[in-house]
Parts: sequence; structure tokens; C-alpha cells
Amino acid sequence: MAAQEQQQPQSRETETEVDVPEAPPAAPGAQASDATQGVDDLLDEIDGVLESNAEEFVRAFVQKGGQ
Amino acid sequence: MRVMGSETEYGIHAPSAPGANATMMSARIIQAYATVTRQRAAGGAETRWDYTDEEPLHDARGWTLDRSAADPSQLTDQPPVLDAEAVALAYGRQELELDGADESGSLLMNMVLGNGARLYVDHAHPEYSSPEVTNPRDAVAWDAAGDLVALATVRKVAADTSLPPINLYKNNTDNKSVSYGSHENYLMPRSVPFGDIIRGLTPFFVSRQVVCGAGRVGLGQDSSTPGYQISQRADFFEAEVGLETTIRRPIINTRDEPHATADKYRRLHVIIGDANLSQASNYLKFGTTAMVLSLIEAGQAPKIEVHEPVQALQAISHDTTLTATVRLLDGRRVTALDIQWMYYEAAAKLAQETGVADSVTGDGHTHEVLAHWESTLTTLGSDISAAASSVEWVAKRSLLEGYRNRDGLEWDDARLGLVDLQWSDIRPEKGLYYRLLSRDRMMRIVDDGDIARAVTEPPSDTRAYFRGRCVSRFGKDVVGASWDSVIFDVPGLGKLQRVPTREPLRGTRALTGALFDRHQDAGSFLADLMGQNPPPARS
Repeated sequence: MAAQEQQQPQSRETETEVDVPEAPPAAPGAQASDATQGVDDLLDEIDGVLESNAEEFVRAFVQKGGQ
Repeated sequence: MRVMGSETEYGIHAPSAPGANATMMSARIIQAYATVTRQRAAGGAETRWDYTDEEPLHDARGWTLDRSAADPSQLTDQPPVLDAEAVALAYGRQELELDGADESGSLLMNMVLGNGARLYVDHAHPEYSSPEVTNPRDAVAWDAAGDLVALATVRKVAADTSLPPINLYKNNTDNKSVSYGSHENYLMPRSVPFGDIIRGLTPFFVSRQVVCGAGRVGLGQDSSTPGYQISQRADFFEAEVGLETTIRRPIINTRDEPHATADKYRRLHVIIGDANLSQASNYLKFGTTAMVLSLIEAGQAPKIEVHEPVQALQAISHDTTLTATVRLLDGRRVTALDIQWMYYEAAAKLAQETGVADSVTGDGHTHEVLAHWESTLTTLGSDISAAASSVEWVAKRSLLEGYRNRDGLEWDDARLGLVDLQWSDIRPEKGLYYRLLSRDRMMRIVDDGDIARAVTEPPSDTRAYFRGRCVSRFGKDVVGASWDSVIFDVPGLGKLQRVPTREPLRGTRALTGALFDRHQDAGSFLADLMGQNPPPARS
């Protein structure tokens, strides 16, 4: 949790819901587990897409100034 | 609704060639598109930029900055010259002849496209400037078309295995203290006092990031403080009002280059926005700003003034709970959402009075912008995470929080930095925004087919139609173009024919479509054009 968010207790609830996707309407009982499954699927997919060696890749992304 | 357009400077990176010259790489990108369009259009590669009406040092407050006092990066009215030494250092001397040289021996740094856009090397980045459009839906379409143009160049470059592939990113910072811009332009009557624009827009610009911020991992220009913030750009703004765009960036930019009849119009040059991939955020960015300009023109902008707006801009960006308050000069403390609601209420009231939001007799856009604006503010005020399908910084945060929860990552973990960067990779198989879009997790405002058409077709209802059709139809006879001119070199005419296009709402399909249909060659087209409405052609 970012430092600037800690003074807002109610926002913690909001934060924990952040990974709930914008899923199409589903039966109330099924929604939560479907949503969690959706996030897991998404992260799995993105794991396979992310550039390897994050640290080196991010460090090498150096830009010259622009407008 | 209002004439508007976007400019996107793409981040540029060749992972296999760290340290490669950015200007040279940008020129390769432009050259790649020239090659692509040469293959596509029978009329030849798309056309060169005409610099004669560029006035980057004109200040809207009524003066002109002396050239000697300007930062070199402000002299955007001179064609960039690619330093031969830089090229040689980057790629070896033989590349000067082999790669990208046109007939006159210089590298192509500037193009005008068949969709009416400009594609060029701006400083050390490739930039796509969209054609002029009249509403936020078209602004989204032709801005997203630029991302497809960028994609086509990346593919073309990657197909040449003798040189390193280049990635393009639609973001605004390298997180190492450098920022590059995403600008908006709005046409306004010259008669509106600039002071009214400054007063009316500043609170709006300080707060609109909650709707259209693209999100950023890291706080501070160099990202040295771990965390997540709403805006890519906020930390790079240091002044309230000014002419600069590359140093001491101001919330209100005063560059006064109307690119149109100067005594009638000003082009408001907005530099504070984030580049948006989210169509909903982009749509609201253009739509709400256009409506706020109407408020200012009508003298009905909320009468509020933010204390220390630069600090307020950054405080709002750094508070992802949307509960931080900023002080108004009247003593009230308000949140960014409070300020947005003030502008929303005023805009809805004015639209009611003028009838532009009427679903039958209105302008066809204001009603929809108001509806999106209201629902987005309502959502952000009740459950921020529920805006993840539309508001870009919320969408990106949702993905980052997924990683944080699953893998227990701290905000300074390099993988989160990579997610932030790769969010904006314009390749659909690598760009994380596009991965979410393909799963229908991001709202579409414009159909994919409309965006694809906007890559080659100009908008029909502005002068961009004339410019784009001239390039597509008569490309081999068009030797230059700019926002307010098209220059022909027609065999047999002996001198160049410059057709001014200083009225942004002329040159439309309604006014010139039949003319294009009647003629197969540029000579008879021009003769007909001048017979109808003789332009003051200059040679």
C-alpha cells in the first residue's frame, strides 16, 4: 500500500477490490471466484508477455528530452 | 463541437542497441512509414512539411520571444538537420547513403499523411500529429490511428534484420527525469481574452487528471520515491503560465501559432495531458476540455482559483484515494473530484441553455460527453476500482495491484516498473493495455474498423480532408504541405502553386469532395480549384 494511502482506512477496502475485473454480470455467488480466476488468467498471460529481465530492461529505457 | 487535434511523441527504444542515437532511430521510423505508404499509394510517398507558417516564439500574451533568448528546443520552425557525425556514430558512415536518403540526399524527417496527419521527428522522438477533427469521438479515432501508424513503422523496421528493431511507447516519461509530451490543440476565437483562459482552465487542468491520467509507477521526476501516482506528467510541471514546452513546463502554455487566420483564431496549445491509450479517458480529455473552453467563451467558468496550482497538481496526482484536498483562494478546501463536479455542473447548465446537448437538435456529441463525464465522476466518488474499464490510471493500477497481491511486490520492484512501461508498448502482442483490450476489459468508444479507416482516410469535416485527399490523390505532384497550406509542383506550370488553407472548417468533403471526384490529374484539379475560388497563390 502506498504511503499516501495509509491515512484512509476505508480506502483499504477499495484497494483490496482493485483486482476485481470488469466482468460481465454473473450470478452473485459465482462472481467473486470467476473474478479471481479472471485476474489469475490475466496475470498468467501477462507473465508470458513481459520482457525478460525486468530490471535491465527498465534501466535501459533512457529517453532524450521532449516537449 | 470544436476544431481540435492531438500530438503524440512516442518513447523510442531499441533494446538490442542501447545508446543508439534517438534522432537517427526516429528518422528510421519516419522513413519506414514512407516506405510503407509508397507501397500502398500509387501517388508516391507521402509529402513534405512546409515550415513557412511556423511561429513557435509567438506568445499568446502579446509578445514574441527573441530567438537568441529561446532554448534551442523551442526553434521548431526550422527543419531538423540530422548531424552526419551522429548518424555515423550510431550506424556507421555507409548508412548515410544506404538508409533513408531521398533524392536530395537528406533524410526524410517530416511527412504529411493521406489521413491529414503529420508524422515527423520532434527533437529525439517520432511524433504523430493528428488531423484536425471537430469532436472528441473523432479525436479518439484519429489519435488511435496514430498508434496504428506507429505500429506499421515498428513492423517495417523489424522486418529489416540488418538493423536493430525499435520499440515505440505511448507514454510520457522514462522515469529517469525525462518527459516528452502528448499535446492537445483547440481552436478558439481570438477575441477571448487570454487572461480568461488562464483563470478558467487552471483549476480544470489541475483536477482533470483524475479522469484522464494514465498512471505512473514512482513519484518525483526521477521516480526516486516508490509509489504510484495518477499522472505521467504532473511531476514535470514547474510553472503556471509560459511559452516553454521542454523546460520549466507551464500548466498553461502560451505558444501562439494559430496555423489559421490569425486575427480570427487562436490555437490553444495544451501540454499538460498524459498520452492516453484508454479510449474512455482520451474521449473525456478532449470532450470535457472542449466544453470548458465553451464555458470560458460564455463567461460561465466556475469562479474558483486554486492556491499554488503547481503544488496542487502534484498533490492530486500523488493521492490515488482521491481524498486529498487543495485550497482555493476563497478559503475552501476541495478535492479534485469536487472541482470536476463544479465544472461538470457549469457545463451541463450551459449546454442546457444553448441546447447543444439536446438528443435531437443538439450537436450530437455534448450529450454523450456529459453522460460519460457524470458517470465517471460518480464511479470515482463511490468505488474507484469500478472505473478500471475506463479510467486509464485505475486500469493500470488494477493490473499492478494484481501483481502486488500475487507476488508480494513493493512499489520499487523492477517488475512493476516494467508493467508500467510495457503498458504503453504499441504492439498489441506486447502492450499490456492491448492485452486488456483484447479481453474486453477496456471500454471501446470507437470501433476498431473506424480506427483502421482513420489510418488512411482524413476526417470529412475539416480542412484535413483537403490536405489528406491532395496527398492521397496527387501525392507525386504535392511537394509540401502544412496545417494551412498545400504546395503543388505540377508539370508544365513552371512554378509552385501554394494553396492556402487558413480556414479550418473549409476544404471539407462537402465543399471539395466533388472537385476531387471530377479530376484525375493535379493540373486540371488545380485549374478547376483556382477557377472556382482563386487562391492567392505564391510561387
